[in-house]
Amino acid sequence: MTSSLHLWLIPILPLAGAAINGFFGKKSSRTAVTTVGLVFPGAAFAWALSAALRFSSVDLPYQEYIAHWIRSGSFSADFALYLDQLSLVMLLVVTGVGFLIHIYSVGYMWADPGYYRFFSYLNLFMFFMLTLVLANNYLLMFIGWEGVGLASYLLIGFWFTKDSAASAGKKAFIVNRIGDFGFLIGLFLIIQHFGSLNFTQVFTQVQPLGPEADAGLLTAIGILLMVGACGKSAQIPLYVWLPDAMEGPTPVSALIHAATMVTAGVYMVSRSHLIFERAPMALTVVAVIGTLTALFAATIGITQTDIKKVLAYSTVSQLGYMFMACGVGAFSAGIFHLMTHAFFKGLLFLAAGSVIHAVGGEQDMRKMGGLRSFIPWTFLTMGIATLAIAGIPPFAGFWSKDEILWQAYQTSWVYWLIGVITAFLTSFYMFRLLFMTFFGDYRGARVDDHGHAHAAHGHDEHGHGTPHESPMVMLVPLMILAFLSTVGGLVGIGNRFENFLAPVFGTGPVAEAAGEAASHGTELLLMGVSVAIAIFGFMLAYVLYISKPYLPQKIANSLNGLYKAVLNKYYVDELYAKLFVKPLVDASTDILWQGVDRKVIDDSVNNAADGARHVSDEVRHMQSGNLRSYAGWIAAGSALVIAYMIWMGVR
Amino acid sequence: MVPLSYYLVLSGFLFACGVAGFLIKRNIITIFMSIELMLNGVNLSFVAFAAHWHVLAGQVFVFFVMVVAAAEAAVGLAIIIAVYRTRETLNVDQVNLLKL
Repeated sequence: MTSSLHLWLIPILPLAGAAINGFFGKKSSRTAVTTVGLVFPGAAFAWALSAALRFSSVDLPYQEYIAHWIRSGSFSADFALYLDQLSLVMLLVVTGVGFLIHIYSVGYMWADPGYYRFFSYLNLFMFFMLTLVLANNYLLMFIGWEGVGLASYLLIGFWFTKDSAASAGKKAFIVNRIGDFGFLIGLFLIIQHFGSLNFTQVFTQVQPLGPEADAGLLTAIGILLMVGACGKSAQIPLYVWLPDAMEGPTPVSALIHAATMVTAGVYMVSRSHLIFERAPMALTVVAVIGTLTALFAATIGITQTDIKKVLAYSTVSQLGYMFMACGVGAFSAGIFHLMTHAFFKGLLFLAAGSVIHAVGGEQDMRKMGGLRSFIPWTFLTMGIATLAIAGIPPFAGFWSKDEILWQAYQTSWVYWLIGVITAFLTSFYMFRLLFMTFFGDYRGARVDDHGHAHAAHGHDEHGHGTPHESPMVMLVPLMILAFLSTVGGLVGIGNRFENFLAPVFGTGPVAEAAGEAASHGTELLLMGVSVAIAIFGFMLAYVLYISKPYLPQKIANSLNGLYKAVLNKYYVDELYAKLFVKPLVDASTDILWQGVDRKVIDDSVNNAADGARHVSDEVRHMQSGNLRSYAGWIAAGSALVIAYMIWMGVR
Repeated sequence: MVPLSYYLVLSGFLFACGVAGFLIKRNIITIFMSIELMLNGVNLSFVAFAAHWHVLAGQVFVFFVMVVAAAEAAVGLAIIIAVYRTRETLNVDQVNLLKL
């Protein structure tokens, strides 16, 4: 160990910010809250940057021991941090994008009465997310994992007076609980078989094991970890919470439900890549879930009309991409996409927030349109983000998506095909969003008769004549993210990003070097196909939403049943409600509440009380108030005792 | 030498007389005397045991009981006088102001 990086500062700083704003924010001025809320995560970002600069001077993986936590027999888990190339990437993404979104929130949340609360929660989220990323054992990671879940719950339900927001928060928390259950069981299995949760210790024990031909211990661990990842990262079958999570303020959607928290599952799977690489079946499960989710969510995204819902399904779909990459063993491609996705999806959400801000709280794209002349900067940055996510070169999304598709192709053309179809759908629904929002005529109310809209939203108090551009404090983060979305993918040229992560992931099971040289032509061909398909998506969207805007309705009518199913998200929520929620609620009502609680617990208490009262009613008469009758009872009692003792003595 | 059981029977008889008097009589002074009778019944058994086992503790205890009884008599008689002055009766069944 050459020098200490003092990594512990990075999570602690936002925690301090959260504590200060949480405890004192209510009484402080907005400026003070802003200062605290920005300085602490900003300092964390600065410290992360400085750690990155000194990165080459330390032995990797760098470990930092802070305090010991649990010592139980041979098992131990410490507060200790772990830094390697993988966590460095995550660290920079979380602090960097997180800090930008903090800045943006100053503008977006300024008029909200819960301003201090918002920043406190946001900083708290940063603390937990950084704990998750920097932990050196699964248990500390799990603490961060649960903590971000808590922060997510608090922020989704930020406008808790709104019923839908409160229940969306609960839904997110409960669905995540299902995933966490799997994660926990996975951790228990690891403890039982490896006696530790420490990354280094577990992985050195896993390393010599060969790939499991049949389902075995590692497969079980892998699948259980994937269940956890499915919950946090919104994959089939646990993705249902993420679209509802859009009830939270838009910066929250950008930070937690697009850029950072939902990628925790990808990070966790990548971190456990040694386990997954030795469990081909688990890896297949990951790939299949990822691929299906990518396609499934993309189809739903096409029909949504709420601007944030489109982005939410898009996020689910892109996360599916990342899992597909992990599933085919291309962990570095998954992390690469995670990073670029954080840039462009964070940007898309922030830009959507700016749009919503501009039109006074309206989220329905059917009531927007023609906004590009009103809010040119938002349009420009959102356009860049759309190009990036659609996979148009040279924007960031192209490089990472192409890398994933190429790696998927090497495993199986089925993954590739579905990936390309998804890429087409992605391009289509993103340009649809762009066209519906920014092109055509403005379809919203021009005069301020939509005061109710922003009153309900609570983030904008001043009146709205025409849509207007957001303040500078919101636009600057947009521009920075737009810049990153443009050039962020360039780090992947020539496998540079992959080589950077190579010490963590090794070469992986995909025979990279040999395959690449031989089929360079194929790679270029595939690249061409994916670009072509992205452009095709763009053109289709152009035709349907700009040149012939009457067509979508006609298509929808002719595909009535299918369209309705997709519009209603394939009735998955309803299915879950029927299959799981209703039986649970009924059983709880009939058996647990009316049966156990009312009949057994309540009745036993009530009967005990009734019995006591009846007995007392009778015994009460002994206490007549007549002194001599008391004395008589005493005498009778002692006579009884003496008689008993004599009888015992005689026996 | 008188056997121990004689003393104990006498002691039990005295105590039973005390109890009976306490329960039956209404005059507060008689009740008071019944209490003294019970105390002395117990004292007798103490002394009897002390003599029988040649242990002094029983006798010492009796002194304590007598001291307490004397103090109690002083306080009790004072209360009785006070009660008589205010209520003009010594019948305990009529001294029932504390009853509901």
